[in-house]
Amino acid sequence: MTDKCHPGINLGIRHGEAHQHAEKVMFGFWVFLMSDLVLFGVIFATYVTTVTPMGIAGGPGPADVFDLKSVFIQTMLLLTSSLTFGIATLMLRHEKGIRNIVLWLCVTLGLGLGFLTLELRDFATMFASGAVPSRSGFLSAFFALVPLHGLHVAAGAIWIVVMLAQVAIFGLIPMVKTRLLRLALFWHFLDVIWIAIFSIVYLGGLA
Amino acid sequence: MMGHDTELRRELRRYLIGFALALILTVVPFALVAWGALSFGTALSVIGISAILQGVVQLRFFLDIDLSTQKREDLHLILFTVLLLSIMAAGTIWIMASLANRMIA
Repeated sequence: MTDKCHPGINLGIRHGEAHQHAEKVMFGFWVFLMSDLVLFGVIFATYVTTVTPMGIAGGPGPADVFDLKSVFIQTMLLLTSSLTFGIATLMLRHEKGIRNIVLWLCVTLGLGLGFLTLELRDFATMFASGAVPSRSGFLSAFFALVPLHGLHVAAGAIWIVVMLAQVAIFGLIPMVKTRLLRLALFWHFLDVIWIAIFSIVYLGGLA
Repeated sequence: MMGHDTELRRELRRYLIGFALALILTVVPFALVAWGALSFGTALSVIGISAILQGVVQLRFFLDIDLSTQKREDLHLILFTVLLLSIMAAGTIWIMASLANRMIA
């Protein structure tokens, strides 16, 4: 057994059973993440084909409905939350105690909820101005892509709450450790998807 | 115990370096678009290059992907996904762009 048995941050040899168990379940989770990546990729491709005069169909275009400042704040929140989850993972890997792990998970959760609040506020503004999914192909594709990512973040936030409960009830047993490791991968993955969203959808649309 | 904490500090530093690089690669394209000083083509290439670089930075520093130490099947999984994705995504965009051209012409 080596200190690194799967891609991503490893628990390390000193975690014994949990580390050994991690190889199989982490590989399985990578398979899921990669299938999710394909899903996002195809919806991205669909979106790109609709950002045309034909796709916009005389309705509001990117410049009319996107709020660059709000998107920038959302980007900062999500990027910082990826860092704070990384710190939580290091606290787990180096056995710095439940208190530290819970603290950094809570910071991550707070940043994630801040991101979702701003995103929902932007959607509400769009809806109020008549930019609804049924208005044009462009808006249909936009509301298929960006809220899909938001839904993933919401699922990640719920997952953090569930893991906080499991840490409180079971303590840091091997199963809880590898679940935290998979949640960390999921959270970092969501930030990587967000890079593509802010670059292609928002910056590409406003450039 | 001493060596243990040094390792933690080194890994923390790696996360912070990754965060700083990601921050730069985010702020630059946002600033360019906010100022609107560049032509559409130039802006698009800066956005594209920053996005690809930031993707690599996050994979390297946050997801800890280091191709030299990967197990083979993990590497195959990632490469195969990228292959599938490029066929489907690039193919979709190619076909639809070609269709649009033909319909306008």
